[in-house]
Amino acid sequence: MNDNDTIKKSLEEYNAEVEKSISKFPERKKNFVTGSSAPINRLYTPLDTDHIDYVRDIGFPGEYPYTRGVQNTLYRGRFWTMRQYAGFSTAEESNKRYKFLLQQGTTGLSVAFDLPTQIGYDSDHALSQGEVGKVGVAIDSLADMEILFDGIPLDKVSTSMTINAPASVLLAMYIAVAEKQGIKPEQLDGTIQNDILKEYVARGTYIFPPEPSMRLITDIFAYCSKEVPNWNTISISGYHIREAGSTASQEVAFTIADGIAYVDAAVKAGLSVDDFAPRLSFFFNSHNDLFEEVAKFRAARRVWAKIMKERFAARNPKSLMLRFHTQTGGSTLTAQQPDNNIVRVAIQTLAAVLGGTQSLHTNSKDEALALPTEEAVRIALRTQQIIAHESGVAETIDPLAGSYYVESITDRIEQEALAYIARIDAMGGAVKAIEHGYIQQEIQDASYTYQMDIESGDRVVVGMNKFQVKEAPPTGLLRVDPAVGEQQSRKLATLRAGRDNSKVQAALKAVEIAAKNSDNLMPHILSAVRTYATLGEICDVMRGVFGEYQQKVIL
Amino acid sequence: MYDSASLVSGIRKGDPRSIARSITLVEREDPARLAVLKAINADIGHAHIVGITGPPGSGKSTLTDKLLKELRSRGRRVAVAAIDPSSPFTGGAILGDRIRMQRHADDDGVFIRSLATRGHLGGLSRATTETVRIFDAAGFDDIIIETVGVGQSEVDIVRLADTVVLVSVPGLGDDIQAIKAGVMEIGDVFCVNKADRDGSERVIREIRAMLEAAVMNGAATRFSALYQALDQLKAVDRTEGQSSPRASSSGLFDQGAAHHIARQPPGHDALEIPAVIPTTAETGDGVSRLVDEIKAHEAALVATGFLRLRRHENLSWELGNALADRVLRRLEGEDRKIELADLASAVLDKRKDFYEALGILEGSLAG
Amino acid sequence: MERKIRVLVAKPGLDGHDRGAKVIARALRDAGMEVIYTGLRQTPEQVVNAAIQEDVDVIAMSILSGAHNHLFPRVMDLLKEKKIDDVLVVGGGVIPDDDIPGLKAAGIAEVFTPGTPTTTTIEFIRNNLKRKV
Repeated sequence: MNDNDTIKKSLEEYNAEVEKSISKFPERKKNFVTGSSAPINRLYTPLDTDHIDYVRDIGFPGEYPYTRGVQNTLYRGRFWTMRQYAGFSTAEESNKRYKFLLQQGTTGLSVAFDLPTQIGYDSDHALSQGEVGKVGVAIDSLADMEILFDGIPLDKVSTSMTINAPASVLLAMYIAVAEKQGIKPEQLDGTIQNDILKEYVARGTYIFPPEPSMRLITDIFAYCSKEVPNWNTISISGYHIREAGSTASQEVAFTIADGIAYVDAAVKAGLSVDDFAPRLSFFFNSHNDLFEEVAKFRAARRVWAKIMKERFAARNPKSLMLRFHTQTGGSTLTAQQPDNNIVRVAIQTLAAVLGGTQSLHTNSKDEALALPTEEAVRIALRTQQIIAHESGVAETIDPLAGSYYVESITDRIEQEALAYIARIDAMGGAVKAIEHGYIQQEIQDASYTYQMDIESGDRVVVGMNKFQVKEAPPTGLLRVDPAVGEQQSRKLATLRAGRDNSKVQAALKAVEIAAKNSDNLMPHILSAVRTYATLGEICDVMRGVFGEYQQKVIL
Repeated sequence: MYDSASLVSGIRKGDPRSIARSITLVEREDPARLAVLKAINADIGHAHIVGITGPPGSGKSTLTDKLLKELRSRGRRVAVAAIDPSSPFTGGAILGDRIRMQRHADDDGVFIRSLATRGHLGGLSRATTETVRIFDAAGFDDIIIETVGVGQSEVDIVRLADTVVLVSVPGLGDDIQAIKAGVMEIGDVFCVNKADRDGSERVIREIRAMLEAAVMNGAATRFSALYQALDQLKAVDRTEGQSSPRASSSGLFDQGAAHHIARQPPGHDALEIPAVIPTTAETGDGVSRLVDEIKAHEAALVATGFLRLRRHENLSWELGNALADRVLRRLEGEDRKIELADLASAVLDKRKDFYEALGILEGSLAG
Repeated sequence: MERKIRVLVAKPGLDGHDRGAKVIARALRDAGMEVIYTGLRQTPEQVVNAAIQEDVDVIAMSILSGAHNHLFPRVMDLLKEKKIDDVLVVGGGVIPDDDIPGLKAAGIAEVFTPGTPTTTTIEFIRNNLKRKV
């Protein structure tokens, strides 16, 4: 082994040679930066990782601080869950798509809801006009949910639902559908996103102000820890923060700051950390800068483990493990030469797998244009399958560990994230930082810098600002029938006429009373859902009690 | 289609497009505005002009949103002029205040206009005064002006508003110092927003202490003379054994509209200072009381005759200011620049003395 | 006499993806324009009322949810109802090429799809104002 002095000496010699050659042949650029605009050195050496203590800082898979992964055999045990986010139009149409996906070899469902559903409006609400069934499936009541999962045994699949503000209502509907299939809540496996904080900063489907929203979330934690023990009660999401334009470090920092806020809220609500923390899950983005992204996932695991251990004194190892879903970066896809997106998604898939993800959605090549077609979805899924079965990267655990570069940037991202978290702590936590508009501002600044780098040509996006071609407009895009809105409205009218409305009113009253006092809302919402009270009706009752959030925009 | 006559009749009918177009004329300093302003001159003077000022981050826009809601519930038609800074580099601006009030966009009784400072200092845009006149002529009962909010330079608002609400907020640290340094003198009504935050009690105490100190030291405040006049009115009231008709009709001395609080420190006369009202604009807490206080201030201005006095002072200032502006602009022409240069050379070469040159300049500007 | 281009940047509909709207708002400001941003979840009525009160030269709307075929024409209808014909209206977002002719026929002057540089939008606005500068 060389000692540091020997390496330093050799490095100096190398640098001197480099100076000579770049004086003749300058490098391509003055500054080399990552996908998140962080500087990249020409070369990384053992000197860059000299301060790292393997056991303390990196450790073994399945062991604290989980830098190398949360499972001790990782993909040698089983592959990540290949879970494609899907849903559009009516429950009938989406049900067909789910059956197609299961037949193609996906191993978990991921439900996309339309915007009215995500914001707690029925399809016949004035604000729903033009939006019904567009970005996901329209669910107005238990009746739609029964159709959505018709013929899909809920004890055999795990289902992820991208639902936040009204998460408790959709979870209640899921439980109620399972009941009708004769399946008990404790047999259910899946995830609700249920992450309201990132809605305020990045995604926009909020309903209620932060305080009652946090209470709805802790109510779910408490309820599920007893009744639906295998359910992932939250998916703390950096994905949308990154889509909104953040850097990789910000993605880790703000996601974990949100996570801290949820744990704080639950502890304040009287829950014991090890009762709910094992069911917390995360959701990250995967972009094109392969090494930085891998480092990001590794850093995120380490930061979370340390915080849960040191700050919250969690004892159960499962409370320390950051388990995460990944989706490839929608904002990295181009509308120009959409076939190129297949390659981008492949790189991003590789990053997610080398980063040790627990589940993965790969974007379809046409997502910058419209909802994905079946053909595009198949290619996206095949990309995962090729990486899993053919690339060989899943055969050993965390193969990039020990790379001077990857360990260095893992460290850098950890340090940058910790610095942000310290700043957010000083403001009084993530909720306060969001109220101040601090997190929004940081993301917007990064997003604007990124956009300007593209426009100046400093950052090349192939097919978009370089290597452009004239191309014919794409054909064969998926279209949602504009009549879906009317169909849903008719279904609602029939539903309201056919159900026992006195039961509905009584159940809604019970939700209102529970909302006003401090009862756990979940059982009341479940009762209301069973009477076929609609999503909009239940949310309206809560709007009446909780009020509505007003967006904080700082430009 | 948008000749001045149709704009004027549109303004009088409260037509949003006519109001908006006229404000644009004012913003562009379009000569066509003069005919409009002249024609509506007889229609103005009825609205209560309220200024909202305070440091950045004090929640002025959210507070304005809630004031709108409260005033609307009292049946009043309200116009808002929300001022944001222009970038000194590009001249562009993001006018972000409307976002917080946009829920009122469907309400015919509310009109919101965002104005960029376009290089003007002092917390308002050059167009604000005339914008307010247009709102006034359009029959709005209350006109709210939300200033830029940069702290000490927010002085223009006292020249325009009948009632200035100074918004403070806990947790801004040094801003209290800024307030001490002079902004305190511009407030008629004092409000501590975000009162649900830690430290709001302390901010309220500090502001009270500053107001008391100002009164004890005989510092210039907007309220002392008004309170003296009110006390005289009250004294008349008491001697006559009945309410003065003006005061009672305005609810001035009703218990619910306590416009100021009194304290008697040992060895001093009673100190009369304005109430400092805690609000939480996010939830609307305290906003109704703030509106009571704003309205009590208006009533006091009316009852004491201070409203006319204040507007008179403001107009005198505005006239002087406008004249100074015109003179400055005349100095901007190419011919003037040459003349200035020539005169400066003459002084430098001792062909003329300074005041001789100034006299010549003055003469030629007047001519 | 100063003439500033005033632009209303609006997010009609329920979609919460405002990255593009915020980037364009900043870029227009940096190009010397005065930008009024409405925030999320605007009805067409709110957009048009704000445009009138702010007396803007341009309405720039962004929709990523696919509701453009409903919401963009609705805004145009309201403008027509109120006899407003001198405001330049542009749209942006995830909008399939096939939809663009229909939107243009409804009166949307130009549609900017993903990947459009902000400079293209700025230039288009400068060259196509309906009110004289």
